[in-house]
Amino acid sequence: MTTATPTTASTGHRRRRNLGTLRRAVLGTIGVVGFLAAWQLLSTLRIINPEQLPSATDTFAQLGALLRDLEFWRNIGRTMTAWAIGLAIATLVGTVLGTVVGMLPFVRRLTHTMVEFLRPIPSVAFIPLVILMLGLQMPAALVIIVYASFWQVFVQVLYGVADIDTVARDTARSFGLTRASQLRNLVLPTALPYLMTGVRLAAAVALILAVTAEMTIGNPGLGRQLTLASGIGNYTTVYAIVIVTGLLGLIINIGFRAIERRTLSWHQSVRGDVAS
Amino acid sequence: MPETLLKVESLNKVYESATGRVEAIGDIGFTMNRGELVCIVGPSGCGKTTLLKCIAGLLRPTAGEVTLDGKKVTSPPDNMALVFQEYGRSLYPWLTVRGNVELPLKHKKLSKSERTQLVDDALLAVGLDHADKSYPWQLSGGMQQRVAIARAVAYQPEVLIMDEPFAAVDAQTRADLEDLVRTLHSERGMSILFVTHDIDESVYLGERVVVLSKSPTWVQEDLAIDLAPERDQITTRALPRFTELRTHVYEQIQRAKRGEAVRSNA
Amino acid sequence: MTLYTSTVRTPVAKSRLWAKIGENTLYAVGLPIVLLLIWGVVASVAPAKFFPAPQKIAVAFSSTWLGEAFINDVLPSLARLSIAIIIAVIVGIAAGTLIGLTRWLRELLEPLLEFFRAIPPPVLIPVFVVFLGVTDSMKIVVIAFGAIWPVLLNTIEGVRSTDAVMSETARSFSLTRSQRLFDLLLPAASPRIMAGVRQTLSVALIMMVISELFYSSAGLGYQIKYFQQTYLIAEMWSGIVLLGLIGVLLAVIFGFVERRVLRWYHGIKEVERA
Repeated sequence: MTTATPTTASTGHRRRRNLGTLRRAVLGTIGVVGFLAAWQLLSTLRIINPEQLPSATDTFAQLGALLRDLEFWRNIGRTMTAWAIGLAIATLVGTVLGTVVGMLPFVRRLTHTMVEFLRPIPSVAFIPLVILMLGLQMPAALVIIVYASFWQVFVQVLYGVADIDTVARDTARSFGLTRASQLRNLVLPTALPYLMTGVRLAAAVALILAVTAEMTIGNPGLGRQLTLASGIGNYTTVYAIVIVTGLLGLIINIGFRAIERRTLSWHQSVRGDVAS
Repeated sequence: MPETLLKVESLNKVYESATGRVEAIGDIGFTMNRGELVCIVGPSGCGKTTLLKCIAGLLRPTAGEVTLDGKKVTSPPDNMALVFQEYGRSLYPWLTVRGNVELPLKHKKLSKSERTQLVDDALLAVGLDHADKSYPWQLSGGMQQRVAIARAVAYQPEVLIMDEPFAAVDAQTRADLEDLVRTLHSERGMSILFVTHDIDESVYLGERVVVLSKSPTWVQEDLAIDLAPERDQITTRALPRFTELRTHVYEQIQRAKRGEAVRSNA
Repeated sequence: MTLYTSTVRTPVAKSRLWAKIGENTLYAVGLPIVLLLIWGVVASVAPAKFFPAPQKIAVAFSSTWLGEAFINDVLPSLARLSIAIIIAVIVGIAAGTLIGLTRWLRELLEPLLEFFRAIPPPVLIPVFVVFLGVTDSMKIVVIAFGAIWPVLLNTIEGVRSTDAVMSETARSFSLTRSQRLFDLLLPAASPRIMAGVRQTLSVALIMMVISELFYSSAGLGYQIKYFQQTYLIAEMWSGIVLLGLIGVLLAVIFGFVERRVLRWYHGIKEVERA
């Protein structure tokens, strides 16, 4: 009763933690503002020819105009549609094949060389081929998108299925669990975090290829609008679309990272690469 | 007058944590003379590691000061070497045993041959001269801790500080390592400050045992161990005097845990 | 004093050894050979317009690429790719280390880095063309700019998260700044960094192809597009195969380097698994 109670500086600690977050927010904002200011200055002070580098204000004005243009939104829709379909197919096929190959060592050995040869081939190398086969519309783009994204999912699922704790698997077998039951109760939960990582990586890759396909194949979408604008020298549009694709990529990254963290919250996993 | 090598005065360390203000160390003071082997024991959570980090210059105390060889300690001094408990995380896995032992020597102004000599000597002293080209993770826990000790010894410190170094090692290996510490002390005259939670170990090793109270920590007792300097795992531990001493320390720790000991404010 | 012993191995009989080698080879090339044979047979029986027989592709390969095209197109492409990769890796690691170690700098740049890395790299090609024209340096810059992000961000993360006990050890032994950087921070971060380099390599290859599909008039990507436009199907396929081989080559070189640099890391993993 006479002993001094420790000052409940939980408020003190919380204050310090909030200070840290505040500091990061402030510094981050300063960074962005500084960048925009530098951009504006480079252009308005003619350090770089404004023909080549339109000012920040001009670019954002054009962005505003685009956002009021229905056709622009349709393009965003087209790009995102191709992205979504491609990602979905890649995820499905990647999961199925990854599980099958991962669980059957015989198949894994058999397909190992093929996988190691096909995987490094850049999906964009097939662009001329798909143009010949499927023309200049979305299906061609989809092939390119799926080919690239598929590998991200496939490889991760492969790792995940291989990562099953041998003790857990032996336990399951000794209790006479059927293959199907093992699959549901052991393989899936173990591989799920890996799958989430694979989908996150695939989502980023799918966006890149969706836009790239539109730029090279020419199917309608943001990428095509970009090349058209660049072709006629409409650089404010070019930069505006660059910003939009960046924002789309950012939203996808943040969104999928959040999903991944949710599914990982109950699972401890150690994986090597982080960024991208 | 025996030379005072290390002096700890009124050391106090307070942490601000999420659950409030934690006084890890209340008021600790003791001295260590040149060539002494002093053990520090205390109940769990009494801030032994915090104390060591303050002495080693890795932490800034809230109050009080540490003096090594007459100079105040504010950052890790050049004549002090540390052996951590987590040897697995303290040795660098990308370096060989030799590489690890040699690393701290590289910033001392020594010639290559002098360095090699020190490394060879230290590895020989801990019995690992044949393993110098191995990597730490290829060795057992006890051997890894020997590497850490060799690294500290090669550094030629005046004071060797050991933070519960054998806590994560099996009992048989621990006995060997304890004898290694005593050998280093007697053959090389190293001054050693040894923190442990193992009471028997503290009595077996130490010339003095400093017993800490529970938090907020102060020095509950500074006990002189009047056993013979030549010690042996079997005979020494069988001595009646050993049993008396360890029982005494054990009782002190129990009192410390119960918070019964009262500070005599000098 | 026992060293960590691995399980005792008894030497294998010679015959068993050969059988093992045979089995491994069979697994390695079995499926591809079978598939190629099937493709070859199907192609000669029922030729598909866009899938010429493997033999035709092989012939086109040697006639196209093992001649002057090698010097005019392949070598320059590879040169640009290599230079860009070197730039991306060096700048990525250097900048990543600096940013990772300087807290205020990292917090300042974090939103910008997150944004820039989210931009699909090909989108920036028109931008760079405006500034640098259709030159070799433009292509190198484009490849490097697109490829730098994985290694940059991985380096930042790797350098930040050094083990606390290792850092304290360095402090307690008063290691110099240079020692801390080269003997602690970078080796400790190397697994993370190498993971980033692997991704950087694949992005670089993609960027090389795309940068040549566009405004270019020479180079591997351009040639493939040219073949497509002139309906030289087998030649086009040979180009794809060549790109695949380059990709595989990059992966093999990387694997080699990674195994050497991370020998200690793989060693630890092996010990843990045992």
